[in-house]
Amino acid sequence: MQIKSRVDNQILYVLLSGELDEHTASYTRITLDELFGKNTFDRIVVDLSELSFMDSTGIGVLVGRYKKMKEKDVPIFIANPSTHAEKIFRMTGLYEIMPKIV
Amino acid sequence: MKYSNFMEVSFKAMSVNEGFARVCVASFCVQLNPSVDEITDIKTAVSEAVTNCVVHAYPTSVKGDVVLRCELEGNNVSITVTDRGVGIKDINKAREPFYTSKPSSERSGMGFTVMESFMDDVQVTSNSFGTTVKMTKKLASVADVEVG
Repeated sequence: MQIKSRVDNQILYVLLSGELDEHTASYTRITLDELFGKNTFDRIVVDLSELSFMDSTGIGVLVGRYKKMKEKDVPIFIANPSTHAEKIFRMTGLYEIMPKIV
Repeated sequence: MKYSNFMEVSFKAMSVNEGFARVCVASFCVQLNPSVDEITDIKTAVSEAVTNCVVHAYPTSVKGDVVLRCELEGNNVSITVTDRGVGIKDINKAREPFYTSKPSSERSGMGFTVMESFMDDVQVTSNSFGTTVKMTKKLASVADVEVG
């Protein structure tokens, strides 16, 4: 898992590259929490265009981050999910709390 | 006569082996000419089953083994994931969407639901000596290899 980020116009863009499963979940949680802990943005976009695999562990990771950022009133959006990630997101209702943007 | 083949591997119930398990099954199934979508369905279901072994089967620091078997018959794929861990106390409860026995660990509780959605059939048997998850999926394509 590789995580890149940039802030542009008060938006934190986070690019996840690689595989998000139980093995990479811990690193992903810690890294995202570090990035999300900075107060230089008012919304977050998680870009999944380079995520090659994700199972339901990824849902747990994303929902965990959503709960933390909800306390700060910072919304999170999902961008560029794969067909399979999309299937899991729709199955779990993730888009109801982290809407997809195009 | 229907084409048939099988493979079986075992590995330690460690998260680092999840990627290996996914690639192993995907590579084996390639002989049936699956679509990319079918392969991703299978990889995701295998990942969920193996994750359950890694997270739940062996609660102590001593990790046991996971046996992964894949059988091909015609265009049917059958995958069994077996551990020799503590077992699942209530299988029906465990299969409910969003149920997790570890809510504090940010678990989605969607593992079995994902397996059921991506495969045609999922059967779970469990006792205090371990758990077996058997998943089957019929592929649209057929093998292009000769029976032999």
